[in-house]
Amino acid sequence: MKSVEELLAIKAKMQDKIAVRKGSGETRIVVGMATCGIAAGARPVLNAFVDAISAAGLSDKITVTQTGCIGICQYEPVVEVFEKDKEKVTYVKMTPEKAAEVVEKHIKGGAVIAEYTIGAAKQ
Amino acid sequence: MFRSHVLICGGTGCTSSGSQALFTKLESELQAKGLENEIKIVQTGCFGLCALGPIMIVYPEGTFYSRVTAEDIPEIVEEHLLKGRIVERLVYNDAADDAKVEETIASLSETQFYKKQKRVALRNCGVINPEVIDEYIAMDGYFALAKVVKEMTPEDVINTILASGLRGRGGGGFPTGRKWQFARASVSDKKYVVCNADEGDPGAFMDRSVLEGDPHALLEAMAIAGYAIGADEGWVYVRAEYPIAVKRLNIAIEQAREMGLLGKNIFGTDFNFDIHIRLGAGAFVCGEETALLTSIEGNRGEPRPRPPFPAVKGLWGKPTIINNVETYANIPQIILNGADWFASMGTEKSKGTKVFALGGKIRNTGLVEVPMGTTLREIIEEIGGGIPNGKHFKAAQTGGPSGGCIPASLIDVPIDYDNLIEIGSMMGSGGLIVMDEDTCMVDLAKFFLEFTVDESCGKCAPCRIGTVRMLEILNKITDGNGEMEDLDKLEELANYVKSGSLCGLGQTAPNPILSTLRYFRDEYVAHIVDKKCPAGVCKKLLNYTIDPDKCKGCTLCARQCPAGAITGKVKEVHVIDPAKCVKCGACVEKCKFGAISRK
Repeated sequence: MKSVEELLAIKAKMQDKIAVRKGSGETRIVVGMATCGIAAGARPVLNAFVDAISAAGLSDKITVTQTGCIGICQYEPVVEVFEKDKEKVTYVKMTPEKAAEVVEKHIKGGAVIAEYTIGAAKQ
Repeated sequence: MFRSHVLICGGTGCTSSGSQALFTKLESELQAKGLENEIKIVQTGCFGLCALGPIMIVYPEGTFYSRVTAEDIPEIVEEHLLKGRIVERLVYNDAADDAKVEETIASLSETQFYKKQKRVALRNCGVINPEVIDEYIAMDGYFALAKVVKEMTPEDVINTILASGLRGRGGGGFPTGRKWQFARASVSDKKYVVCNADEGDPGAFMDRSVLEGDPHALLEAMAIAGYAIGADEGWVYVRAEYPIAVKRLNIAIEQAREMGLLGKNIFGTDFNFDIHIRLGAGAFVCGEETALLTSIEGNRGEPRPRPPFPAVKGLWGKPTIINNVETYANIPQIILNGADWFASMGTEKSKGTKVFALGGKIRNTGLVEVPMGTTLREIIEEIGGGIPNGKHFKAAQTGGPSGGCIPASLIDVPIDYDNLIEIGSMMGSGGLIVMDEDTCMVDLAKFFLEFTVDESCGKCAPCRIGTVRMLEILNKITDGNGEMEDLDKLEELANYVKSGSLCGLGQTAPNPILSTLRYFRDEYVAHIVDKKCPAGVCKKLLNYTIDPDKCKGCTLCARQCPAGAITGKVKEVHVIDPAKCVKCGACVEKCKFGAISRK
C-alpha cells in the first residue's frame, strides 16, 4: 500500500457491496414477491432494480427489498416506491425494462412515470 | 450485485451452537433454488447475543433471527429470501415476559438489547466478514493508520490519545496515552508493541470477540502505536484456547502484509511495522504484563517486580508498550473521529465505552458495549432483559476473580473505573456475572478463590500460601465448622496477601472475599453461628425434611433417592434419614406436593 488513494479506491469499490447491510436507505423500493408476484415474473424485476441502483451508484441511499402479497394479484409484478416525505407510488405489471426506466426517470430524475402506476392501470 | 446479504455469526458462541451447519445448509439451499447469485452469505464475528445463538440477520430488512437450526433453513429461503415473508416464529422476541409474543421485533437495531448500546470497540463485530480485508477498508479501516503516518507526528498521536482520556481496558485502567508517552521517551535501538490477548478472567470474552470479528482493527491500532513510540515490531500474545481467533488473526496478518499495510515503507513513508503471534497455554498469570512478556521470551510465565516498568525495560529488555485488545480496538476510531468525540462519552475520569460480558442469572447472556457511567440497573434490566424465572437481583460480580461484588443496594451507581474501586470492586476486563437470591456469597468467594489457588504461579509466598490458607478457612465455614474469629483471621490474611504479593494476581485475589465480607457479612455469620446457608447452596449445612402434613405417601421420593435414605409405606408419611442423606436434592424435584423442604 503506497498511497491513501489506493485505500480510497478499495473503499469505493466495496461501498455499494456492503451498503445493503446498512439498511438505512432514504428511499425504499419494495417488490411484491408472493407466489402470484413470482409467477408473474417478479424476480427478474427485483434483480433489475438491484442492478440498476448499483449501476447508478445509489446503493447507500436506496434500499431494494421485497414483500409478500399486496393483494392486487392481477396487477403483479407490483413495485412500491417509498420516498421520504412523499406519497407512496405503486407501479404495476412491471418488467425488467420498466424497472430500469423507473430508476432512470423516477429515482434519479424525480419524475413519476404515471403510465406504469396503478392509477393508470385501473382506468 | 447481491440483492440481499445473509449474515451468520461465526463467533465461538454461535459456532458451538451450530452456526457452521447453517452456513453449509444455506449454501446448498440457495444453489438448489438458483439464488446463489442474488443472495450473499457472510460469516461475521460475534453479534453479542450469544444466549440466542445461532444468530442470523437478513439484510436489507435487518431481520434478526435467533436460535436458527439447519431444519429452519429451507423455510427461511422459501419464505423470506424468495417470497419476502419474514418467518415470524424465528424472529427474536424482545419482550421480557414470554407471554407477549406479539411484540416480536423484526429489526436488530430496534431491540432493547442493542438500542441502549454504543458500539465503538465492537463496531464491526457482526457487521463485516473478518476474513475479508476489503470489508474492513469499506468501514474506514486503515484510514486511521494512513492519517497517522502521513499527517501526524508521533507526538501528535500520543497527545490525541492522552486528550481522549482512554484508559486501559484490561483491568487497571492506566491512561493509555501516558503509557505510550513513557515508551516514546525511552531511548533504545529497538522497541516493541505488545497486545495482551490472554483473556483469562472466567466469563469475559470481549477480546476474543474483537479478534474473531474485527482482527484488522487490532493490527491497525498496533501499527499506530508502533509509529507513536518508535517501534517496528509487534507481538500478539493470544491464548491457544481461542482457535477461531488465532485463525482469523493469522489470515488478517497475511492479508495486511500482502497489501503492504504491514511490512516495509507503509503508505510510501519510511515507517516499517510487522506483527507476530505467540500462543499462550492459558495460564491466568500470563495475563499479568511482566509474566506475559516473560512467556513471549520463551520462559515460564512468572511475573517480575516493577519497576522497571515495561515502557522502560520490557520484551527482551527493550522498551515495550502492552495494551489489551479492547484498548487497541478504540484507537483507530479515536484517530478518525478525534479526541473530543471520544471524550464526549463517559464520565469525568472514565471516557468512552466499555464492553461487558454479561453472564450468570440473566436473560440475555452475551456481550454489550455501553458508555462509561451507565448504571448496573440499565445494563441488567434494560439491556440484559432482567433476571429469569421471576427471581430477584442479589449482587453482580465485576472483574472476575480479581474483582468484587456489587450488592443490590448499589445498583444505581454509575459504572466507571473510580466508582467501582470505591465500592470495593474493580472494572477488570469487564466480566459481569449476575446473581440472584439462590447464590450463596460465601460459596461465590470460595469459587473465585479456588480459581486463584489453581492459577497462582507460586513464585511469591503471600500468594502461593496465603490464598490456600484463605480457601481453607472458607471451606471450614461452608462445612459448618467456622468460628467467629475466623472472620477476623480471614480479613487480616486477605490484607496481607493484598499488600504483600508480587503481582496483580495475588494483590487482587482477596477482593472477592473482602467485598462479600463487606456487603454480606450476615451470610458468613449465618454459616458460622446458625450453621445455615441462607441461599441453600452449601450442602453440608442443608437439611432435607418431609412435611408430614403435605406428604401423601406416593413413594416417588423414596424411589428416586440414590442413597436409600427415605423410608415409608404407600399412603403413609415418609421420613428422611439425615445420616444417610447425601443432599443431592433429587427428592425435592420429584415431589409433586412440595412436601420436601431444604433448610
